[in-house]
Amino acid sequence: MSPELALFAQITMNGIAVGAIYALIALGIVLIYKATEVLNFAHGDILVLGAFIAWALIALMGLPFWAALLIVMALMGAFAYGLDALVIRRIAGQPQFSGVMLTIALAFMIRGLVSMIFGPESQSYRTPWSGQSTQVFGVSFANIELVIMGVVLAITLGLWLFFRNTRLGVAMQASSQNQLAAYLNGVQVKRVNSLVFALGGATAAVAGVFLAPIALVDTALWLVTLKALAAIVLGGFGSIPGAILGGLLIGLIEQYAGVYLPHGFKDIAAYLVLIGVLILRPRGILGEAHGRRV
Amino acid sequence: MRFAYDTEYRQGFALLRHPEDWANYGLLAALLLAAPFFASNYILGEMAYVLILCIAAMGLMLLTGFTGQISLGHAAFVAIGAYAHAWLMRQGVPMAASIPLAALIAAAAGLVVGIPAIRVHGLYLAMVTLAFAIIVEQLIGMWRGVTGGFMGLSVPRPEMFGLSLASPTAFYYFCLAVAVVVLLGLLNLLRSGLGRAFVGVRDSEAAAAGLGINVKRVKIGAFGLSAGVTGLAGALMAHHIGYLTPDGFTLLLSLELVLMVVIGGLGSMRGAIMGAVVIGVLPVAISRLKAVLPDVVARQFGLELFVFGAILAFFVLFEPRGLNGRWLKLRALIQSFPLYRRDTFRRQKAYMKSERDK
Repeated sequence: MSPELALFAQITMNGIAVGAIYALIALGIVLIYKATEVLNFAHGDILVLGAFIAWALIALMGLPFWAALLIVMALMGAFAYGLDALVIRRIAGQPQFSGVMLTIALAFMIRGLVSMIFGPESQSYRTPWSGQSTQVFGVSFANIELVIMGVVLAITLGLWLFFRNTRLGVAMQASSQNQLAAYLNGVQVKRVNSLVFALGGATAAVAGVFLAPIALVDTALWLVTLKALAAIVLGGFGSIPGAILGGLLIGLIEQYAGVYLPHGFKDIAAYLVLIGVLILRPRGILGEAHGRRV
Repeated sequence: MRFAYDTEYRQGFALLRHPEDWANYGLLAALLLAAPFFASNYILGEMAYVLILCIAAMGLMLLTGFTGQISLGHAAFVAIGAYAHAWLMRQGVPMAASIPLAALIAAAAGLVVGIPAIRVHGLYLAMVTLAFAIIVEQLIGMWRGVTGGFMGLSVPRPEMFGLSLASPTAFYYFCLAVAVVVLLGLLNLLRSGLGRAFVGVRDSEAAAAGLGINVKRVKIGAFGLSAGVTGLAGALMAHHIGYLTPDGFTLLLSLELVLMVVIGGLGSMRGAIMGAVVIGVLPVAISRLKAVLPDVVARQFGLELFVFGAILAFFVLFEPRGLNGRWLKLRALIQSFPLYRRDTFRRQKAYMKSERDK
């Protein structure tokens, strides 16, 4: 295999791995948006909080990785549930802008709390796959990237089955399509919406725990919210398959921009895509065509 | 209790409608003019900074509060104004010409950002402006020839018509004068046909279009004007900071500007000024407070961010009309003292309303 092709294969792999994480974050944001029409700007900060708790559990308390992952998922799920039940639910019925402002306020508070509790330094922790790699056709891939792809695939499949086959999943779909009709059919809309938040929080926690070994555990990780927004817009706002596709594409675009474009484009590629898509094709790749969505 | 008793048509939309208004605002003007005689240089510097924030907040208020367009990226226009001004002054352009030019350059950038505003609104516009602010911040870092990149750019000393504005007192008066001019200009604009068109587009685009308002042009115009005013604030900010780096114009500044507008109360220039004062003074107040707080809390890095977030959340949840709304209620309470009815300002019960399939 020629060196150029090997490089291409490697950055494609990196792109898919990072993109899988963006997809997971985008998925959480879209789930919450579809259920409550709140665009959750605090999503990235829930992720940061989860990553820091995972660091505390793994590096400070010496818990095994999988145990820490499960604990963090449960904690962040409960946290997001509480966030909706106690705070965000109160602004139902107000303009969308209120939701944006409220979640930005919550994001500030969570970020402030995280740096108060855990300190402003970046941290890192070991995973069972740190430093290992696999050779395929003479190209080496980090094992953690393969694990990330597997985990994201499993979660997506699990969610798909959950929404199709369980009572709660169908109730969630119903209440996100029409709250009043769902309520009249006996769905406890408030609780279901809070549970959607919990689901979003748990996926954010997974994303955080797996993003931290690639990046670092740092409050600046919240910026992935914005990358996820680009992914959501690219895939089509409000579409779950679109969010996943968009996440993968944004991950790939970023990695290619980092290698093949001049220095500095890697950081702004996602935002250029966001603006370009919104101007040229506001409904994205898989967005629903009906109605006025923009 | 005060009754409206107008004998002339013009009285209905005068800026200062009552004799008390003249007295109150006169007192405020006198206090602001007299400030250099009893305030220290440090406090004057802070007051100038708050005035600059007031100008920027008024710019954003015009867009978000009066035209209904969300912008989460106004720090980009502050940055464009600041860098344009610093660059022009370094090229030898006199300050009297360079400040309006910087505002015009920022306004031109605003027109460019306004173009997506025709096609997208609401959340999407928020995302476009957010992305724009991040791109501008990165571009400033990359464009070394003009902006000095991450190394930064020093701003020449302010001087106008042979007078130096470098002393805190002179700079304070200059900022005060600009702020008053901007405030009066915007208030007058809002009483004019164009200003009414802004409010019309905010309240209902369909109705505005039905009344013959060119909605697209009004939206782009609002973006340009708002960016111009914010760029003007940026030009003044350049002198306040003295040395420009991209770190000074991050997302946090954009969000602080939005914070000012929301805390102040959307849809009123008084709110913009109140919000700017609160957000401008808050960091100073927190650092003062840290001396009193126990050491464990005071050393914390994230305290400021947390307090910002808590205040914003408080206003969104409990007082969506902001400080201005609170002020109106207080004034009504005092003026109609024994007869005040709480229900005058009661919020109507609201239900979940979809904005998806409009």
